Amino acid sequence: MAVDKNMNILVVDDYQTMIRIIKNLLKQLGFNNIDEATDGGSALTKIGEKPYGLIISDWNMEPMTGLDLLKSVRGSGSKVPFIMVTAESKTENVIAAKEAGVNNYIVKPFNADTLKTKLTSVLGEF
Amino acid sequence: MNASTQAAADKLKDRAYSRKEVIEIIRSVMGNIDQSSSENAKLHHELSTLATYIENMRSELAQLRSIEISHNHIPTATDELDAVVEETAKATGAIMDACEKIEKHAGDLPAPAGPEIAADITAIYEACGFQDITGQRITKVVKTLKNIESKVSEIVSAFGNVQDAATGGQSSAKEDKKKADGGLLNGPQLGGPASSQEEIDALLSSFDK
Repeated sequence: MAVDKNMNILVVDDYQTMIRIIKNLLKQLGFNNIDEATDGGSALTKIGEKPYGLIISDWNMEPMTGLDLLKSVRGSGSKVPFIMVTAESKTENVIAAKEAGVNNYIVKPFNADTLKTKLTSVLGEF
Repeated sequence: MNASTQAAADKLKDRAYSRKEVIEIIRSVMGNIDQSSSENAKLHHELSTLATYIENMRSELAQLRSIEISHNHIPTATDELDAVVEETAKATGAIMDACEKIEKHAGDLPAPAGPEIAADITAIYEACGFQDITGQRITKVVKTLKNIESKVSEIVSAFGNVQDAATGGQSSAKEDKKKADGGLLNGPQLGGPASSQEEIDALLSSFDK
């Protein structure tokens, strides 16, 4: 099934620079309906307001981490594809994220090709 | 231990003692030691050494100028690091503003110029990720420095006004700045327990087997 490039995507990161980087790279790949949140709380609020086809979140945020956000999303019963983008690449963190239901994991710093590969892995070819 | 002594001990056990209180306690114990036996004389000597050591610690802390470390050097260092994060964020924002404008114009250009410029813009976006990485690492360093500042303050507080006990070890402000600047040259430890994208991919794949 073809990927719906009009899907809503939520990018969550407490660094505005990283939000802009991911948003611009997503736009280059043809995705235009991109929302942003700078913390887990506001991300949950946005998730409650409309359906998202993909969530891309940083891990290292306060007070709610990306892992907390993921657990909260999965705790609500949502199966929305969730990609963690983070410098927290310790094995135990990856395992914790996987056990919490993450779909894929991107290590910072990353490039556009890595982002596209991960999106394809999670969403399918586009 | 009688009931009143036990009650007093219970009341005191969960609090920190000042230097003066510790020395008073040691001297009190020393006063109650019968030095007629060699073991007790040795214990008395050890306690006396301990009391002297604690007394000397105050002047040693003063020589380290620990108040300046906690009140001046560390706050200055953390402020400078915060400023680095802020300034690099501003600069990165400006770079990305310019890139977004160029990217719009690149879309109007024919091949090969248009696609080539777009590819270069993508490379700039990727490179701008440095600000996020360095920002997070600097933030960790700032937290560590603030933790050290707090601990040094606690030590200074426990030993009273150590600045008054200063008898030497005075270095010039210029020397202090040089030392502080030199200490900042070592970046955060890289590598170590961190994994590469390839290692993460292999780990994630192992869950699907």
